[in-house]
Amino acid sequence: MAFFEAKNIVKQYAGHTALKGVSISVPEGSIFGLLGPNGAGKTTLIRIINQITGPDAGEVFFNGEPLKPEHVHHIGYLPEERGLYKKMKVGEQSIYLAQLKGMSKQDATAKLQAWFKKFDILEWWDKKVEELSKGMAQKIQFITTILHEPKLLIFDEPFSGFDPINANLLKSEILELRDKGCTIIFSTHNMGSVEEICDHIALIHKSEKVLDGSFEDIKKQYRTHTFNISFTGELETLKANLSDDIEILEHQSNKEFESLKLKLNNGTDSNQLLTQILPHVKVVSFNEIIPSMNDIFIRVVNEKNLSVDFE
Amino acid sequence: MNKILIIIQREYLSRVKKKSFLLLTFLTPILIAGIYAFMIWMMMKDDTEKRTIGVINESELVSPVESKDFTTFDYLGNTSFEEAKKLLDSKGYYAILKIPKDILDSQSAELFSFKQVTIEVKSGVGSQIRNHIETIKRSKIIAEANMPDLEQKLAATKTPISVKTIKFGDDGEIKQSSTEIAMGLGFAMSFIIYMFIFMYGVQVMRGVIEEKSNRIIEVIISSVKPFQLMMGKIVGVAMVGLTQFLMWVILTGAIILIGSAIFMPGLDAESIQQASSISQLPSTGQAMNQAQLNMMQDVLGTFDMGYIMSILGGFIFFFLAGYLLYSALFAAVGSAVDNETETQQFMLPISLPLVLALYIGMAVAKNPEGSLAFWGSIIPLTSPIVMLVRIPFGVPLWELLLSMGLLVASFIFVTWVAAKIYRTGILMYGKKVSYKEIWKWLRYHR
Repeated sequence: MAFFEAKNIVKQYAGHTALKGVSISVPEGSIFGLLGPNGAGKTTLIRIINQITGPDAGEVFFNGEPLKPEHVHHIGYLPEERGLYKKMKVGEQSIYLAQLKGMSKQDATAKLQAWFKKFDILEWWDKKVEELSKGMAQKIQFITTILHEPKLLIFDEPFSGFDPINANLLKSEILELRDKGCTIIFSTHNMGSVEEICDHIALIHKSEKVLDGSFEDIKKQYRTHTFNISFTGELETLKANLSDDIEILEHQSNKEFESLKLKLNNGTDSNQLLTQILPHVKVVSFNEIIPSMNDIFIRVVNEKNLSVDFE
Repeated sequence: MNKILIIIQREYLSRVKKKSFLLLTFLTPILIAGIYAFMIWMMMKDDTEKRTIGVINESELVSPVESKDFTTFDYLGNTSFEEAKKLLDSKGYYAILKIPKDILDSQSAELFSFKQVTIEVKSGVGSQIRNHIETIKRSKIIAEANMPDLEQKLAATKTPISVKTIKFGDDGEIKQSSTEIAMGLGFAMSFIIYMFIFMYGVQVMRGVIEEKSNRIIEVIISSVKPFQLMMGKIVGVAMVGLTQFLMWVILTGAIILIGSAIFMPGLDAESIQQASSISQLPSTGQAMNQAQLNMMQDVLGTFDMGYIMSILGGFIFFFLAGYLLYSALFAAVGSAVDNETETQQFMLPISLPLVLALYIGMAVAKNPEGSLAFWGSIIPLTSPIVMLVRIPFGVPLWELLLSMGLLVASFIFVTWVAAKIYRTGILMYGKKVSYKEIWKWLRYHR
């Protein structure tokens, strides 16, 4: 069931259209990747979800209801442009942000203390933010984003600016939240960074959605039936014994073994390939080349005859 | 708790707890009291330096100047000017006074010295010679006229007049008023408003820029409406301003009261009472005291309850409404820029009417009934300052209500416009914003 839905969202600014009828459907308890190059319209869509701006046309549903101002209490948002009041003390500031999300002071204090304990940063409570390092401030930002136990979490370019340690911490915390039933939307132009954790994705390009679906389905759909095989033995013998449906794309050889990149045409499957190969050479490794999200994106855009300009 | 209250609370506390706020709040009254004390000290302090002035008297006048208080005059007889000049050093004379032979015709004398002669010495010498000559001339005329008691009759012609200003109240009742006090009061209040609008308007603007440059703005407006944030900030800062103002009034008053009780025990209320009761005795010789009493009655007559309430009410209303009007504009400017240096291009349309209002106010203090006064106190951008100058002089009720109504209406309109600029501006980073761009923002819908 879709926990969050946006239908035919249109948003225009003077001079350009940021979203041209984009629809997304985010299943409950999933990690949803909103992917696309910079300037595609991701942030605009996210701001609509957060009710920072409103759509010119289209409908937005949160947990089955049309989006209402009260829903901000159930949404946690870590924007791309994120920061804290530098002159304010960490504890005070975290309580303030929690109160703005509708939490009571007592509740916020108790939960914050628990999180600070978990991250072992309790001694920062009375420090001013300007005394913290960037990585420390990121931890605070993360805690304040999730403190009110939102049902929907939105991260805009979450890994930009995070150091690797914090990025890993973020990832594991996010997976834990997903397991607890949170629905999570990731928005990023860096498609590789979220590939491993997204269940669902939507590709946005030039204000339009060009592709969406579950990660598995998309990967299946965009299989290229290309395989990498490394072996020791006679290359020519092997070549002579391959059927016409198997196309050799590339050949490399080094001291120890030969490598081939093969494409299977006309429904030939990997087992058929292996039965043809095994009698002639000794296989060292064999794997399917799965296209990265980046490759898929470029392919989709080319198929739709759209120009790609990465920033 | 309502979110706007949470925001007001933060904006207020974070500013009030700042060291700079505490410093400014406590040091300013001490400074004001210090200046006040210094001025009193200056006025009360006599010139106590002992000076000796050599006099070359070439005229027929006999002792036209006499040693008095701290100034001694040495008549040098027939000493030549060149020799007298040497005496400046050898005898330590402060100056040489040369009274020429023809002083009755030329009406001038000369003071020579190495240093610039102080104004007190100069005017003291001048008035002594003048009095001397006047006395001689007058006695000559009296002697020639040969009239009995002429001297006394002439003395009786001296009549100091003080003009009381009396105003008709709305109910036809006669009220005493003081033009000087009305002027001083009106101008002081309008200047305070001017200062506070600027000081705290800029604080609102800085606060907005801070949130933008900290990049916290987007986090916050995902929880609250931009309008709530803007109004919370404006109201919070207004409360900081009021707190500071009240603290200044209370502290300055306390310091001056305590200070005067310690350093000038003679100046308490009782002695003023005494002075005024003495001067009430019918006595021609106490004309000066009579004038002082009149002044005092003016002051007391001016401050009846209704008058004070109308001024206080007017001050609070125009103070708040004027601040709200301008701080919304300051917030809009803050939202349109990335840092404070970029604010300059947008500051002009805000500071121009403010500064203009102050100048109009100065002119209006002299003529509170002219058309400049009327328009200045009706047009909302200048009215908070100009109207305050007029209120102590009395303003027709319909003008007051019109001015207030227009101010409130324009405050609502300006806030609405500013909120539109604000909610777009706060999300714009690294963009050089022009007036044209802002015009575009106004036409965006949410």
